[in-house]
Amino acid sequence: MSYPANYQYTKEHEWVLVDGAGGTIGITDHAQHELGDIVFVDLPKVGTTITKGQTFGSVESVKAVSDIYAPVSGEVTEINEALSKAPEKLNEDPHGAAWLIKVKLANASEAKDLLSAADYEKYVGAE
Amino acid sequence: MIKKVSKHIVQNEPLLFEQSSPGKWGYQLPPLDVPPVDAASVLGKENVRAEIEDFPEVSEFEALRHFTRLSTWNYAIDLGLYPLGSCTMKYNPRVNELVARTEGLAWAHPYQPEALAQGCMEVIAALERALEEITGMAAVTLQPAAGAHGEFTGILMMRALLEKRGNARKKILVPDSAHGTNPATATMVGYSVENIKSNSRGMVDLEALERAVTEDVAGLMITNPNTVGVFEENIRKICGLLHDKGALVYMDGANMNALVGVARPGNFGVDVMHLNLHKTFSTPHGGGGPGAGAVAVAEVLKPFLPGPRLKRAGDKWAWNYDLPDSIGRVRAFYGNFGVLVRALAYVMAHGGNGLRQATLDALLNANYLRALLEPYYEIAYKAPSMHECVFSDDRQAKKGVRTGDIAKRLIDYGFHPYTVSFPLIVRGALMIEPTETESKQELDLFADAMISIAQEVDQNPELVKTAPHMTRTPRVDEVRAARQPVVRWKRPQ
Repeated sequence: MSYPANYQYTKEHEWVLVDGAGGTIGITDHAQHELGDIVFVDLPKVGTTITKGQTFGSVESVKAVSDIYAPVSGEVTEINEALSKAPEKLNEDPHGAAWLIKVKLANASEAKDLLSAADYEKYVGAE
Repeated sequence: MIKKVSKHIVQNEPLLFEQSSPGKWGYQLPPLDVPPVDAASVLGKENVRAEIEDFPEVSEFEALRHFTRLSTWNYAIDLGLYPLGSCTMKYNPRVNELVARTEGLAWAHPYQPEALAQGCMEVIAALERALEEITGMAAVTLQPAAGAHGEFTGILMMRALLEKRGNARKKILVPDSAHGTNPATATMVGYSVENIKSNSRGMVDLEALERAVTEDVAGLMITNPNTVGVFEENIRKICGLLHDKGALVYMDGANMNALVGVARPGNFGVDVMHLNLHKTFSTPHGGGGPGAGAVAVAEVLKPFLPGPRLKRAGDKWAWNYDLPDSIGRVRAFYGNFGVLVRALAYVMAHGGNGLRQATLDALLNANYLRALLEPYYEIAYKAPSMHECVFSDDRQAKKGVRTGDIAKRLIDYGFHPYTVSFPLIVRGALMIEPTETESKQELDLFADAMISIAQEVDQNPELVKTAPHMTRTPRVDEVRAARQPVVRWKRPQ
């Protein structure tokens, strides 16, 4: 699966799509592949404040539970409800339909130091 | 070749619900010889039911056979090696059971007056002294009911001390090889967690640690030997780094089986640690528990121990509740007392030299298995192994076989699987801990099984990927079971 060029990435394997004052956050294809079959997704409530670099939820696979780190700070405006009934969507379409949360960005400039698609691909290639 | 198991008749067994026959009674009670009480008027009408829907009705014999049949489907430490790394599934000496069933201990009541509980109090005091000596720490509490409960107790005390000094601080550092309970504990006590990377030898990266230790750091939670079975050789330096900044060191004693009688955490600078009595001190472990997570502290944390504490009053024991700095009780009464009796029996039966010998044998067994298996499986870190060894499935993964598949195939050979996919820093981990109580014959059988599976992976990977083949239930769909669990029986329509 290719990494969309308009997304930005973290070394902890999350992506964010910044659109004006809002952002959509998910985990990368590399992350879902390493986790294996995902069986549960734990997301924050709408209205929660998330902080860049801090955990805001977790993803449980048959193998392990992994924290999800916020690529940017902001307030959660929407969560992907579909994942609670169908966590397997995260294995199928991590860059699209299986986004995790949408946020109102606290500081749009925070996304500047994240990885580009090309840099992220290089990073996971080396890992 | 499969040597350890052969075909054997096993009884099928439906659920008790399916065996139910309306109106059948296990017992008939005699008529009341006291005036009846109207349950509805005492408990409230809403709390009384005339009928529990679909509650199974079977005879005593049917219930007994049901559970006996189910038990024959199971694997247990009493059937053979149980090599779950980090879990220390060791033999539970039967004499411990005899001691725990001593009338005065088994039938003691926690509300018994102190004058009639002196024996039980002596057991608690004696075990506290023994664990202090083994760990090199100043004092021990036996209240916590399990390892994670011990962690919680330890970090609460750490927080209480720092608060008393004027600043609880914000962060707990946790190496990336830690048990998941460590970061969970820190979070429960209100700290944020920062991960410390391991270096290429599987140990804490000192430079990364030095950068991370600031005035915001309350402490470090470290497991030693760590979860890759390697001794943190810089432990003194690590403790020094934390202490220099006024922070404390918590040691997770999950792997204490490698240290008892050989090295004392109190001597290398640890401030607080827990011991899993159900791992290191041979009390029953797993579903047969309960556990006990004794916590040992350095002098500086002593005032914060959970209360009440034992004290001498003349020539008798008494409970001291006057502990102004104590974090309070963490468990009803005095912990899982029956477990404490067994642990003390184990310590006293062995004595100091015996405990040391058990540790050396545990290390010998783990390194013997490592030597036999290293030609076939990739060892995760070259550093010397302690009481367990960790391989990765790198070689087998090239054939599409992962650690979970090898574990399932191991069941066909008559063994309980090793610990699968942990620690997370090793890709496809196989974590093997034989413990000291296994004979060379059993270890050889296990190594033969593992080597035979490695050969199967080369010649017929499909056989391993579809295992187990010898069990009454073939490979189950773990993903579906986790995504759509069926947790309640429903009467077929």
